[in-house]
Amino acid sequence: MNQTTDILVARGLRKSFGELEVLKGIDFSLRQGELVFVIGPSGSGKSTMLRCFNRLEEPTEGSVTIDGVNLMAPGVDINSMRRQIGMVFQQFNLYPHLSVSRNITLALRKVLKRSASQAEETAREMLEMVGLEEKADAYPGELSGGQQQRVAIARAVALEPKVMLFDEPTSALDPELVGSVLQVMRKLRDSGMTMVVVSHEMRFAREAAGRIVFMSDGEIIEEGTPDQIFENPSHRRTREFVAEISR
Amino acid sequence: MDLIVENFFNIEIMRQAFPLLLRGLGTSALLCLAVIPLGLIGGLVVALMARTHIRVLRFTVIALIDFFRAVPPLVLLIFIYSGLPFAGIQLSPFVAVCLGFLLNNSAYYAEIYRAGIESIGAGQMEAARSTGLNPLQSMIYVILPQATRNVLPDLLSNTVEVVKLTSIASVVALPELLYSADMARSISYNSSPIVLAAGIYLLILWPSVRLLSRLEHRVGH
Ligand SMILES: Nc1ncnc2c1ncn2[C@@H]1O[C@H](COP(=O)(O)OP(=O)(O)O)[C@@H](O)[C@H]1O
Ligand SMILES: [Mg+2]
Repeated sequence: MNQTTDILVARGLRKSFGELEVLKGIDFSLRQGELVFVIGPSGSGKSTMLRCFNRLEEPTEGSVTIDGVNLMAPGVDINSMRRQIGMVFQQFNLYPHLSVSRNITLALRKVLKRSASQAEETAREMLEMVGLEEKADAYPGELSGGQQQRVAIARAVALEPKVMLFDEPTSALDPELVGSVLQVMRKLRDSGMTMVVVSHEMRFAREAAGRIVFMSDGEIIEEGTPDQIFENPSHRRTREFVAEISR
Repeated sequence: MDLIVENFFNIEIMRQAFPLLLRGLGTSALLCLAVIPLGLIGGLVVALMARTHIRVLRFTVIALIDFFRAVPPLVLLIFIYSGLPFAGIQLSPFVAVCLGFLLNNSAYYAEIYRAGIESIGAGQMEAARSTGLNPLQSMIYVILPQATRNVLPDLLSNTVEVVKLTSIASVVALPELLYSADMARSISYNSSPIVLAAGIYLLILWPSVRLLSRLEHRVGH
């Protein structure tokens, strides 16, 4: 039963938008506590793959299993599964009409059915974790991009997910704000969170990632440790891409 | 000049007609209390149905929206009140008016909600769904509050239109404000009651219209 340590397993994942095949058979697995970086050229299908992992995008073929539960199985409670798969978006996607605290408590109350006071307590803890406890009553529009992204992380982590998916979490940020978000992600990893991160933050990847996956044209071309991928890639396309983002 | 005052601004006649008009105003208010919530709720339901993934339902709903927006409300009302009895369906004036307004208003309000919902980026729905909220919860707690805020001026302005449109209930002899005024006119053989009714409409709607234009200004910036 070595399977139990695999939190996320994708098998033969394919996705087409009309004629365009965006994912061409992805096999991917993620162990408990692992942090995997996904890199690859724009349009190679990284976002689509992440979105298939929680069925925000419906795969055309293949399976996704989260902690032993097949998301594609008929009758699966997708809402209760999604709560266990945290997602952080490039554009933060906080709810602008709700305070920071209410952004975090909404799903705690409506999905996990926590009481108002319990949910608020959790929100306080989460905001403390991301260093924004004084912003509980602020509205997203009053925060910097970096602060918004940290709230978005807090919102996802509050639901105690088994895995967290990050889709270019720092790409929309001014360079001076990137560090604070990476700091929170580092903290999460150190607490044992299982994470998939689509990002081109090479320094962070080297320091934090256990494994790097290189995608191109809807396929996983190569995967390995940061050293292997960045210093010694075995495929031409990986080499070219790494050279390009290292410039 | 005296003739104009005598026929249109006759204080004595207005005073006599006033109690009747007041009762008419009460009926108009009651009508608004019925048809505005009906339209707001009906419109919301229709707007949500127009987004369904079930194709047949979606096309049917969109076709019905177009249909009821194209049919003049007066034609619709007379059909319901005077046409349906030929099919054995005889409705009271009040119910006939409510039904006519439900069909007409739902279509208009639905279009407004639809524009509001479409003004919210897909990322909001995705974020909500990614936390495990179901489609309805995501709609209620995340999308609709933002959507209605974005189209608040349109909702209000449509509501002002609805209030004005309740005067067409006079054609099915529902004794609302206009009908009462017209009755007073025919009894007194003088147009002053109509002028009084217009004054009452003005008094009630003018603040709403003012508010609306201020709101439109604010949202516009
Ligand atoms: N909803 C969609 N409809 C049609 N094409 C899409 C859609 N989403 C993504 N694509 C296409 O799929 C390809 C992969 O996109 P994406 O997964 O966003 O790549 P990446 O995140 O690696 O940049 C692109 O060619 C993109 O245009
Ligand atoms: Mg992407």
